Amino acid sequence: MTERKLKVPLSGRRWSAIESPVGVRRAAMAVVLVYLVLTLAPIGWIVLTSFKSESDAIAYPPKTLFEPSLVGYVNLFTSRTRLTNKQVKELPPPDTWYEKVVREENMVISGESPFLGRFVNSLIIAIVSTIVSVSLGVVAAYAFVRLPVVGKDDQLFFILSTRFMPPVAVALPIFLMYRQVGLSDSYLGMILLYTAFNVSFAVWLLKGFFADIPKEYEEAAMVDGYTRLQAFFRLVLPNAKAGIAATTVFCLIFAWNEYTYSLLLTSRHAQTATPYIPNIVGYGGLDWSAVAAGTTIFLIPVMVFTILLRKYLVRGVTFGAVRG
Amino acid sequence: MRRIITGTTCLLLTLMCLGSASAQEKSITVGWAAWDPANALMELSKDFTKKTGIQVHGEFIPWPQFQQKVFTVLNSHGDTFDVLIGDSQWIGSGAEYGHYVELSQFFKNNGIDLKKDFAAGPVHYYAQWPKGSDHYWGLPTEGDAVGWTYRKDWFAKPELKKAFKQKYGYELAPPKTWKQLKDIGEFFQGRTIDGKKVYGMAIYTKRPGDGISQGVLSAMWSWGVSMHAPDDPYDLQGYFNSDEAVDALKFYKSLYDCCVPPGSGDNYMEADLDAYTSGQVAMAMNFFAFFPGISRNPNVGDVTGYFVTPGHDGHHGTQLGGQGMSVVSYSNKKKWAKEYVKWFSQPEVQKKWWELGGYSTRKSVLNDPGFDDSEPYAKAFKESMKIVKDFWETPNYGELLDTAQRHFNQYIVGGQGTAKEALDAIVRDWHDSFEALGKYDN
Amino acid sequence: MSNATESSAARQGLRHEERPATARRRHRWALSDRALSWLFIGPTISLLLLINIFPLFWTIYLSFTNYRANIPIRPIRWVGLRNYTRIFESNEIWHYLQITAHFVVWSVLLETILGFALALLLNRKFRGHGLLSTLLVLPMLLSPALVGLFWKYIFDPQVGVFNYIVNYLLNAGSFSMLSNPHLAPWAVVAVDVWMWTPFIMLLCLAGLQSVPDALYEAAEIDRASRWQKFWAVTFPHVLPLLSIAVLFRAMESFKVFGLVMQLTGGGPGGATELMSVAVKRAAFVTWKTGWGAALAIVMFVIVFGASAVFVRYLNRVSQR
Repeated sequence: MTERKLKVPLSGRRWSAIESPVGVRRAAMAVVLVYLVLTLAPIGWIVLTSFKSESDAIAYPPKTLFEPSLVGYVNLFTSRTRLTNKQVKELPPPDTWYEKVVREENMVISGESPFLGRFVNSLIIAIVSTIVSVSLGVVAAYAFVRLPVVGKDDQLFFILSTRFMPPVAVALPIFLMYRQVGLSDSYLGMILLYTAFNVSFAVWLLKGFFADIPKEYEEAAMVDGYTRLQAFFRLVLPNAKAGIAATTVFCLIFAWNEYTYSLLLTSRHAQTATPYIPNIVGYGGLDWSAVAAGTTIFLIPVMVFTILLRKYLVRGVTFGAVRG
Repeated sequence: MRRIITGTTCLLLTLMCLGSASAQEKSITVGWAAWDPANALMELSKDFTKKTGIQVHGEFIPWPQFQQKVFTVLNSHGDTFDVLIGDSQWIGSGAEYGHYVELSQFFKNNGIDLKKDFAAGPVHYYAQWPKGSDHYWGLPTEGDAVGWTYRKDWFAKPELKKAFKQKYGYELAPPKTWKQLKDIGEFFQGRTIDGKKVYGMAIYTKRPGDGISQGVLSAMWSWGVSMHAPDDPYDLQGYFNSDEAVDALKFYKSLYDCCVPPGSGDNYMEADLDAYTSGQVAMAMNFFAFFPGISRNPNVGDVTGYFVTPGHDGHHGTQLGGQGMSVVSYSNKKKWAKEYVKWFSQPEVQKKWWELGGYSTRKSVLNDPGFDDSEPYAKAFKESMKIVKDFWETPNYGELLDTAQRHFNQYIVGGQGTAKEALDAIVRDWHDSFEALGKYDN
Repeated sequence: MSNATESSAARQGLRHEERPATARRRHRWALSDRALSWLFIGPTISLLLLINIFPLFWTIYLSFTNYRANIPIRPIRWVGLRNYTRIFESNEIWHYLQITAHFVVWSVLLETILGFALALLLNRKFRGHGLLSTLLVLPMLLSPALVGLFWKYIFDPQVGVFNYIVNYLLNAGSFSMLSNPHLAPWAVVAVDVWMWTPFIMLLCLAGLQSVPDALYEAAEIDRASRWQKFWAVTFPHVLPLLSIAVLFRAMESFKVFGLVMQLTGGGPGGATELMSVAVKRAAFVTWKTGWGAALAIVMFVIVFGASAVFVRYLNRVSQR
């Protein structure tokens, strides 16, 4: 077997110097592709299901070919009343496309469902808590990396260790605490909580990014008369943009997907979409096409983030231990 | 970057303002389980809005999470619900722990006489606490009990009638005793009807919540079992673990072993509904609340008959379901909530409630001459309401229920231990629970 | 002097206007580094103390009482270690621990094997590498609760596509992954593996790509076989990152809640009642707050112990 010279890598990565024959490579790719299909198929199935009618969604054998319908999405956003055939026929003709969709299932729209409100809650709580936690994380991480800190290792450990508390265990006293101070089921309560559980991750990740920036920049600037604070804002932050972006993405995703706290600590006012979607009930049991629709819609922001910020994905996922 | 932050902050503040603005409107929020009767109630409530101008919002939670969600809200003193249509079991905690507003005086002031106008069983179970007193904490809203549906069309098939008569010696008809129920179940189990394999029955077996107990209890009451001594609600030994109770439990298990579709170990209301409406079973146990929906079901609506839970050995009982509506003490719209309760109690509203698919328990509706024929399940419902019994409604009912659930499920579905052992363990746990509450301190 | 200032500022790409006018006003307004460090770290620490530490101590206190959160009017009674002794004497805790351990061990094991294998396969140059990685990573970016929910749909015995495919391939007849107490734990493991294998894969891939080629070339010169190359060169380099991944997944999967709640709710007859589900039931369903607090503390101690190891190890690796 001839020794291959190292080829110029794509996107700066180094490839295995153990080059194998084409056949083995092709087989490996085939395996990976099979795995890719297996991994993405369930997600694809759910997206597919969101376009099925209620009865198609629970049809057996499961249908891969079916008449697409938007009833799942309509059901997701509305609340409806079920009428008898006779009552439906007596109604005036539907005036909107979604009323028409719903009439076919013998229902009339009686109002909007809480879904939109919950989705907005998700947006508000996730975005605000991410902004706060990343901000706190940025300054704290910088301090750990550059400034003299009393008991640095201990403080760091303390911050990191809070990430490892089981959410269910934390929810119990928080429930009692919030009850006392009136923060149950409130935006402020949830934002505080989400910020707290994200900030440790943010500190950890950002520490790695800040450590990458050479100290010399700031030191030169300070020699030139900048204060530490000015050097921080004008030099360090812009250079850490990539790292901050990565951290923001991940904090946002964690906050967006959070379930435990929202389930146990919120209700009508501040509940997010994650505990709401599994509770969309249709006729006897879950309305699977609406649930699938909700899941799909909920997925979209995450997918958008993933695509926009895929460069930072590896870095974020691996806690900065790996330069992506 | 700065622009993005500013823009996002403005957007978020706007959204938050919108959110709080909606709280100012004239409205109340009614909490219930997410099922058809709730939708019917929303339809009915349009009348309330027309009369008073108060909007009615529904906060409906699926049954599996209903109890837990409601108690999380109540225990956090949340104002999510102004009116709560709570399960009969919750009345003890609602009254004693200050979650519900006592309505006795309100009823008196507004001419609502529960004892006179509403059926006795519902008043006792949905409204009264302590039991037998004059203190009322709710208004009976949805009368309900465990009943049965069956495939009239299958029962009417001549060849099946003949085969059944031959095998068992009596006519194939809705069973009057549990033994007959089992016979019919076995008869249909595995039979092929219209080219499809079918099974005998669908029963309750679910472990979380209160699934399997509701089924077992409907048998227990028909065996004449009681949970405690007649004069002392905390004297337990020898009642729920009596020989009759053991017999009833064994019998229920035998139904699970012989006559249900495979994979029925986690069944409750929706699963039984699915099994029945998809044509899988000949008979299904379910709460009456589902029967209006079943009768309107395109698949099975026209071929469904309904019967009361069978009796046994001269006893006849069935498990109570149903809910009463209460005013939540943490609400800041109690006045409007009470208006709603008052409106709901009126005879015309109760009549319309029945027509829309809800189960009124007002005497004027039940005793109306046209009632029995108004719906195919009406008669069975009325009969059931006369023989209903309920599980514990004490504040600690949750623990009492949880241990029953656990042991019933382990014995019936898991096949572990004996019936006697299961019941002994349950009574022991009940005793411990009451002891922790200080009920045995003299 | 000003020349030096100009050039150093220019080096950092500062525009002319941005150069400090305060240069001449020497640090009168500047905060000292130490003060700044308090300012920067203080809010974070305070928030964490408030949201994490104070409640932790409250939980510890509660675990020694018989408090029930649904009966606030009843006086709290100190019961000492009774909750803990009850936990360890009852069979339940061992049941929960065993179920949790089964889940953690199997899911991490399978994820590791699969993830590592995938990383080995992917460690090649080809087009679309970036796109592929992004796609493969998707499962772990979803909300675990929603993942549990839609896998419940897929595993549903009546309408799920999983049963259909299995029957198509194996004709296994009617079975239910989720209501069978023997299969349900495996279903939970399977879903977790589905979600998190990409994580292990990414870390292993990064580790594989960090191996200096010089080592491979040296091994080649020594006429090492592929197998020997793997053990002597590849594996030691991947091991640190792999260990991080494994430790992290182990800790996270110990805490898993949303996924199990939606997929099985604790399983048929408690077959998938992991620790977190048990704590939730104790604290929020039966409202035995004191007891739930004790369970939570036990859980916390276990996770904390493991995390201490993890953090130390991670620090060591990051500083390489």
